[in-house]
Amino acid sequence: MTTRVPVVEKILSANDRIAEENHARIESAGVFSINIMAAPGAGKTSLIEQTLPRLKGKLRVAVVDGDIATSIDADRAAKAGAQAAIQINTGGDCHLDAIMLRSALEQLDLTQFDLLIVENVGNLVCPASFKLGTHKSVLVASIPEGDDKPYKYPGMYRGVDALVINKIDLLPYIPFKMDYFERGVQVLNPGVLTFPLSCRTGEGLDVWIEWLTQHATHKK
Amino acid sequence: MHELAVTQSILDISLRHAKDAGAKQITGISLVIGEFASIVDDSVQFYWEMIADGTIAQGAQLHFERIRGEMICANCKHSFHPDDIDFVCPNCESPFVQITKGDEFRVDSIDVE
Repeated sequence: MTTRVPVVEKILSANDRIAEENHARIESAGVFSINIMAAPGAGKTSLIEQTLPRLKGKLRVAVVDGDIATSIDADRAAKAGAQAAIQINTGGDCHLDAIMLRSALEQLDLTQFDLLIVENVGNLVCPASFKLGTHKSVLVASIPEGDDKPYKYPGMYRGVDALVINKIDLLPYIPFKMDYFERGVQVLNPGVLTFPLSCRTGEGLDVWIEWLTQHATHKK
Repeated sequence: MHELAVTQSILDISLRHAKDAGAKQITGISLVIGEFASIVDDSVQFYWEMIADGTIAQGAQLHFERIRGEMICANCKHSFHPDDIDFVCPNCESPFVQITKGDEFRVDSIDVE
């Protein structure tokens, strides 16, 4: 005899539970945390490199770097002034998940930091589905990627709390229709906080730094 | 893609609920997956056959219920299926539209013996 058992459970509920544990752990240490996601080459590591020196003497920062194989990104973060830089090699996985972040958190004395920056694996699809437990998720888009990305990767654009638009110094050279891009963003994520900036020229970075500083200071 | 992790979660959830129900065998699993969930059915099916082997879910049929994406226009209340190129309302061309369907991503029920 076959019986039907109702389940109605979200498929990634186990990850979500661990993300909640991570969140509680970070929150109780009084640390502000962000999960930076983007396509490869959008400028996640560059943003972190530009951010760290500007926070020097103001915030103590730990960086957790997710990558498929190398430790290039964590090395760059350490060089740029992170008080701690931990590399997670996903061994081919296309995203970080809450379990990976948990094992990285176990290597950190969180009470020694004000800000935790998690750099996800470069990918516009998978990281959107796996919550990590950070306070805010940040998407770094960039001008050369093209203005159609919100339409092609709606899952990523929908789930984030802030949107950095990097490489705005290239706008004069690339056919990027900002109104078309913004319309897609508006539909998917109405009113999302947006930071247009250039990691190369430094334009717009002060507003981003101010946002991070305010949140991190508020936690203390 | 992360279909392996997704398939593992489907198996974990199904086995847990089957155990709670005192079942000996899982014969079917109903999944509800929205259009915006970016999951490929065939890949889930492929991994399923590998990882369900040796569990009470071995041989269980996966039933995929696909939910078509739907948006509603905040301006004229017109409901429509978005195309890939733009999200503006096809009726009044307003960009102020909201997603109402297509985010679903869950195990709905299991059939057990």
